Amino acid sequence: MPEMNMAKAINLALFEAMTRDDRVVVMGEDVGPDEGVFRITEGLHAKFGDKRVIDTPLAESGIIGTAIGMAINGLRPVAEIQFSGFDYYAYHHLEMHAARFRNRTRGRITVPMVMRAPSGGGIRAIEHHSESREVIYAHAPGLKVVMPSGPRNARALLHAAIQDPDPVIYYEPKACYRLFKEEVPDQIETLPIGRAQVVRQGKDITLISYGATMRCTLEAAEMLEEEDGVKAEVVDLLTIAPMDTQTIIESVTKTGRVVIVHEAPRTCGIAAEVIARINEHALLYLEAPVKRVTGYDLPIPYFAREKAYLPDADKVLLAARETLAF
Amino acid sequence: MPRKPLDIPLKLETISVLDENGEVDKSLEPKIPNDELKNWYRWMLMGRRVDERLLKLQRQGRIGTFPQASGHEAIALGTIVAIEKPDWFVPAYRETTGFLYRGWTIETILLYWSGLEEGAIPPEGMNDLPIAVPVATQLVHAAGIGMANNVKGEKKVVMTYFGDGASSEGDTHEALNFASVFKAPVVFTCLNNQYAISVPLHRQMNCQTVAQRAISYGIPGVRVDGNDVLAVYVAAKEAVERARKGEGPTLIEGLTYRYTPHTTSDDPKRYRKEEEAQQWAAKEPLIRFRKYLEKKGILNDKIVTQMEEEIETRIQDAIKNVERMLKEAPYSDPLVMFDYLYADMPPHLQEQRDELAHFLSRNKSDAEKKHETAAH
Repeated sequence: MPEMNMAKAINLALFEAMTRDDRVVVMGEDVGPDEGVFRITEGLHAKFGDKRVIDTPLAESGIIGTAIGMAINGLRPVAEIQFSGFDYYAYHHLEMHAARFRNRTRGRITVPMVMRAPSGGGIRAIEHHSESREVIYAHAPGLKVVMPSGPRNARALLHAAIQDPDPVIYYEPKACYRLFKEEVPDQIETLPIGRAQVVRQGKDITLISYGATMRCTLEAAEMLEEEDGVKAEVVDLLTIAPMDTQTIIESVTKTGRVVIVHEAPRTCGIAAEVIARINEHALLYLEAPVKRVTGYDLPIPYFAREKAYLPDADKVLLAARETLAF
Repeated sequence: MPRKPLDIPLKLETISVLDENGEVDKSLEPKIPNDELKNWYRWMLMGRRVDERLLKLQRQGRIGTFPQASGHEAIALGTIVAIEKPDWFVPAYRETTGFLYRGWTIETILLYWSGLEEGAIPPEGMNDLPIAVPVATQLVHAAGIGMANNVKGEKKVVMTYFGDGASSEGDTHEALNFASVFKAPVVFTCLNNQYAISVPLHRQMNCQTVAQRAISYGIPGVRVDGNDVLAVYVAAKEAVERARKGEGPTLIEGLTYRYTPHTTSDDPKRYRKEEEAQQWAAKEPLIRFRKYLEKKGILNDKIVTQMEEEIETRIQDAIKNVERMLKEAPYSDPLVMFDYLYADMPPHLQEQRDELAHFLSRNKSDAEKKHETAAH
């Protein structure tokens, strides 16, 4: 099993998917000879050429709108938006069209496409290059939203997204692109969309996160064990929508204490939805109010102040200790 | 019911005043006082030197990623001097020379690229918008500002900017159409440097010029040599006068070359040949303008050396000032991130501000404890 980082694992999934399915096309700004601003499409243009690796004009609405047309006409487009902060331009097409064709035509017309975009902060990027807005897609019925947290699940989820019969938003936590390496199996594997994973077993408290903040959440779990002798269970959501209620509830009924971590803003965020589901299914198991460690209800600040804005292990640790002490 | 040609005006001009050797076309040469021309050169030189210094600072890790602007001084300056102080400046992000001319300090520019919102505060009393990173959005705002000028009966003109890549965005076309329909006093300046990161012009659009798009919106369009500050000025001056007379918008396309990478994160060797940049080197805007000014007796080595020294001192002072500022409130204070989102801070945001303040003071006291322990 070769070791690779997340950027390479996503690249590998694209390469594999294009190799085994001629319908898969990659499109976006600078995905061709430049191989993507994060080098995610490395080697694809050289191997598959202009027809299947398409450098588009600079127009996000055009990219996603034409991807929808391609999907309707039998292709499996994987459209890249260079940074998630620029996909608002495409939102109309995703929410009003990609998400609705199946429902409007009672299943006759479908849109099997993927929108990939680097998401989130933490890399000292320019203004508008650090947004975490997965929730706006999670709130759009008809779309699926996936966020990997490491190389292996990134590759497996991208395969699942490309094979999925419906439109999938695949947000890549760019702070993790080259953060660490992991073993990735030789054979193609997929992870089911709509399933969370328990990535660390514990009995005292449940920490729930996804994407980039999985790192600081796991770090906090280790610190809790070392410093407090507390065994934290950690759940990686992996899919934001449709959310895996069952895995969350199973863990919460065991531990009775929960902290949810994400870098997107708090109000109407993913944590709020997790809490609603806990309230619906496991309220009486709770030993303490559920805490949220999230980005604040602000546009993410320019990079000089982003560290204070983003969740980190100390913030998660503080919230976990308060929850445990309740 | 025969086929007949439609009577649509298809007039499109290109303008070039100065050639690469600084030779001027006398019939087009604008009448600018010598002191003013010297001043123009000084601003262009400052734009260049600031850009070069930003690159050094970025390489040293003292500022973040930024898009370089060297080679685009003629478009920025030739347009910005065509508007008056009360007019509006609605930039994209490669108009450094224009920012400086409008009174944005080097300190403010450094703060922006140091990752601080304080770098987006326009100079007091100026009708300027800050840098617009999302591509083409500023053009629709510019159209709206122009429409408001009409509603208010103000004779102010809006000067706005975009790139060749931005010409593909729907917003660009909506802005041109709105401005045309409502005769908004807007000058749309396209800084056509022929690359949108790696994508060359011929992959961006299947027409010869950006300027010709003006025809479809029923407004004047002109392509100028974007490395020729006099040509840019001639086109901009005419466009501004037309706008001020209530005759609506103009589309100016300044043809230039992106001499630099897209940003400090980009590597152009991946998608274009270095010889291409060399071919454009001789057409660079500062060299020919200097030759022209030297021929007119406005500039000489001594004057330029003195300008360089003044600019260098000014840049060094600004860097020192910013280094000091970064250690002081509000620049060093993360909590100000909460203070400007709304006119009145809602209670939930105040709670979040308090939460962060509590967390930071805790961390600080933890760090102090550790420090004390270490000292013992």
